[in-house]
Amino acid sequence: MSEPATMSVDTSKALPGATPARGPRWYTGRDAVMIYILIVFLLYAMITIPRFASPVTTGFLILDVIPTLLIAMPMTLIIITGEIDLSVASIAGLSSATLGMMWAGGSNIWLSMAVALVVGLLAGIFNGVLIAFVGLPSLAVTIGTLALFRGLALVVIGDNAVANFPKEITALASSKLGATGIPIMLIPVLVVVVIFGLILHQTAFGRGLYAMGYSKDAAHFVGINVGLSKFWLYLASGVVAAAAGIFWTLRYTSARSDNASGLELTVIAAVLLGGVSIFGGKGSIPGVLAGVLLIGSLNYALRLGRVSDVVLVSLTGLLLIASVIAPSISASITRWRHERRLRRQLSAPAEPSVTG
Amino acid sequence: MSAPAIGTLNNSPKQGGKSASAWLKLRELPVTVALVVLVVVTAVINPLFLSPQGMKDLLLNATIMMLLAAGQTMVIVTRNIDLSVGSILGLVAFGTGSIFAANPNMPIVLVVLIGMVFGAVLGSLNGLLTVWAKVPSLVITLGTLYVFRGLNNAWAGPKQHFAGDRPQAFGNLSVNTVLGMPIITLVAVIVVIILAIFMIGSRPGRDLYAIGSDPEAAKLFGINVSRRVFTAFLINGALAGLAGVLYASRFNAVGATTGSGLELDVVAAAVVGGVAIFGGSGTVIGATIGAILLNTITSSLTALRVDKFWQQAIVGVLIITAILIDRLASLRHAKNLREKEGRNV
Amino acid sequence: MFTQRISTTRRIGSLTASLAIAALALTACAGSDAGTTPSAGESGGSAKTDATITFIPKQLNNPYTDVVLGGGKEGATAAGFATANVVGPLEASASSQVSFINAETQAGTNAIVIAANDPDAVCSALGEARTAGAKIVAFDSDTNPECRDVFISQVVAKDVALIQTKLISEQIGGKGEIAILSATANATNQNEWIKFMEEELASNPDYKDIKLVAKVYGDDDDAKSFQEAQGLMQAHPNLKGIISPTTVGIASTARYLSTSEYKGKVALTGLGLPNEMRSFVKDGTVTEFALWDPAQLGEVAAYAAKALVDGTITGATGDKFTAGALGERTVEDGGLVIVGPPTVFNKDNIDEYDF
Repeated sequence: MSEPATMSVDTSKALPGATPARGPRWYTGRDAVMIYILIVFLLYAMITIPRFASPVTTGFLILDVIPTLLIAMPMTLIIITGEIDLSVASIAGLSSATLGMMWAGGSNIWLSMAVALVVGLLAGIFNGVLIAFVGLPSLAVTIGTLALFRGLALVVIGDNAVANFPKEITALASSKLGATGIPIMLIPVLVVVVIFGLILHQTAFGRGLYAMGYSKDAAHFVGINVGLSKFWLYLASGVVAAAAGIFWTLRYTSARSDNASGLELTVIAAVLLGGVSIFGGKGSIPGVLAGVLLIGSLNYALRLGRVSDVVLVSLTGLLLIASVIAPSISASITRWRHERRLRRQLSAPAEPSVTG
Repeated sequence: MSAPAIGTLNNSPKQGGKSASAWLKLRELPVTVALVVLVVVTAVINPLFLSPQGMKDLLLNATIMMLLAAGQTMVIVTRNIDLSVGSILGLVAFGTGSIFAANPNMPIVLVVLIGMVFGAVLGSLNGLLTVWAKVPSLVITLGTLYVFRGLNNAWAGPKQHFAGDRPQAFGNLSVNTVLGMPIITLVAVIVVIILAIFMIGSRPGRDLYAIGSDPEAAKLFGINVSRRVFTAFLINGALAGLAGVLYASRFNAVGATTGSGLELDVVAAAVVGGVAIFGGSGTVIGATIGAILLNTITSSLTALRVDKFWQQAIVGVLIITAILIDRLASLRHAKNLREKEGRNV
Repeated sequence: MFTQRISTTRRIGSLTASLAIAALALTACAGSDAGTTPSAGESGGSAKTDATITFIPKQLNNPYTDVVLGGGKEGATAAGFATANVVGPLEASASSQVSFINAETQAGTNAIVIAANDPDAVCSALGEARTAGAKIVAFDSDTNPECRDVFISQVVAKDVALIQTKLISEQIGGKGEIAILSATANATNQNEWIKFMEEELASNPDYKDIKLVAKVYGDDDDAKSFQEAQGLMQAHPNLKGIISPTTVGIASTARYLSTSEYKGKVALTGLGLPNEMRSFVKDGTVTEFALWDPAQLGEVAAYAAKALVDGTITGATGDKFTAGALGERTVEDGGLVIVGPPTVFNKDNIDEYDF
């Protein structure tokens, strides 16, 4: 709670100094640290884990992280504004169920996908209206819609699983670009990532989101339409989550009501690990990208090493805790050093001053 | 001097007389009405619902969730949240199974105490990290949710402890009744009442509301925010521990996955019971009734033979309705305050 | 100036802290890596020509699965596999097994033995594994038949259904309402048994007075099965008996019955583990229930996998292989291999079994 306060004081004091003139300092930021850790980990895994360094890894790993990566994009923006969306995995499940029922009911596959996306859009609008216009707390609303949308998925498809999707479509979901091992699906996903990156980092809208995360009132006073901005974010979150649900369905060739359940926590963990502050106002798309990939590759490396998922579960938790308390630890170390230095400096000239 | 000020801060339900309008302002009212309607409607259609066995089942089903929701309320009131309760429950439940497996003659009271202490230790870890690192508890407890579950998996592995391994007397706690109430439910009710009195009637309890309403103001008031928040997490952990022991009494198997996924249900129960997610208002009793309501819905739908697929959707609608009602109530409250102040001027 | 230095130090501090975490992650990873390598051979050593086998159960840390895997690992060593591994998800969800199959494909495992959580979700991943040369044995719960070489079935599906209808009929005196409390709604094996049970109840004149009034699903979750059992009693006051063809379901239902007024009044049978059911058989909640020997299931699966890897069998109908001490097994229509007949447990014989 006091952490962002000190940080903001930090930046404001640094501004009059020479820092901006010396160029960007992105390479020491929290998100940059994440990217370094990712690189170090990947190098380590390539050297020590047999078979990790191969195009096959790239393919499987990317396919595994696509749903998380997709949903993490709107989630980053939402968390930067100081809100949260816990209903994303349920929206993905609802879209999966819708796709399955439409297809089983004899609809064209493209039409089915379109309807699934529209369902996600509606779900996003529902969240958005309640949070942005009615003004309800997003945490509570999306806990409610987490149950509601998953419940609707059950109502739509029940206990059934729909599996007989057209082969050429399901093959597309997991096919690779020649021998590179890179899944074709990565291309549209990257487009989504770039779009969200540009929106957040290059537009006035994106800067407005940061402002909202610092202070809603301040953002309001400088002329940002806080409500409308939030509404758009939840709408986007709904559509992207539905797209992730469609990808999930086609990759696993199985439309079920429980698809992607629990994914919301993985996504949030990845986003926070990527340096986005849960208080809002801080974070970046490259950092989140690194966070998602770190969890994904850690996951894959452990499986390749046949390490039990137990380790993975605990490690995810530890990383999450460590990623948020690391600034506090280093801050307290700095404070301690600073105080010690102060004390030493004070005590050294103190003696002459007493005698004088 | 400070006591009345805290009163206005926390918007506590025990204010004012028992006039009709005061009753209407009670946050527990909507959830209680919903519960009564639900039970009456179900019982009219299926009389078996309120048979002695039916009542007993209803109470037993709600017991664990009552404890968890009551503890969670304490934490939420301070503007925090504890998502790790399901994992704490799982660890303690498995621990209980292990204790009895190793030493079947251990006195039950001692086992309950050990369970609560174990839970309290885990809960205080959450509290410590939250308070010391000044990091939102949402993230910390999301982390400990994973860590505690990982520990449980590592400890239990494929091992499960079954009801048959535990002493008959321990299992009977969830079979025998006193005053028509199963013993474990009675325990839960007593604990909830004590907690409710603590929250409304004691200085530290009221401090929690003050902290949730306005942490800065609470600090200015001289409340030791860190210590109070830490205590809330600790007590919540102890209650989750107690719930874990009772879980082992009631259900057959306790193992690596016991209690997983409970966290969101608990938060949902508190929200339905009128606890505001951003702190400062809501009561333990309300959350407890919320827990009973959510569990009763499950049982009612089955008793009414309603398609169970609707169940989760209904829970979702309830949560959103509860937040909406809460919002309306606070809007009206603000309006009233404005009018009153206007008149005073 | 001063602030700037502090902020740099802080960043370096947090960098150090974060690196420490990463280091922790790596040590944990490396440490466990060594720990899970079985004693049979050195992984990453020279044993490249030796065959490897990996079991992927529906989920880890499930007592039934544990017994099956125990038999499987023993069988694998006996059949001549150099290394036998067990990997799997902690949650039995449809998609959770796929990344494990992928990792095994990449590891070049010769035989993958899998109990599928969803018959279709694992298919394309298994397809890639087969393209890479792995043999696929499904056991316990089948995949889509085109995605595996053979399926090791615990028992003849129809037999296991018939024995349960017979037991419940005996226990309720041949007439009255009964219900089924199953695992998940799309569990392949349970659904097949239920289908046979329904057919048998409809066609066999001995069962004409028995009426199946409900099918509910406890999702193989202890608390959920418990509540489903409770709901059955309320929704169907005339219920005489429950069949629960899943080990988690039968134990939870037994726990509910034994702690309620229905104990001894409502009959319960199905498939259960003797160790879990012992106290309920002794206190009279349950008279008789059935199961095969789960360890044998794992064992036969291991031998079948070895025969496939060696090329002794291809999975074609009529292929024969020897499953160690368990004797010869034949691949039947649809690539099916049957382990053996089910055993019926009651208070007289339950103490002879320990699984």
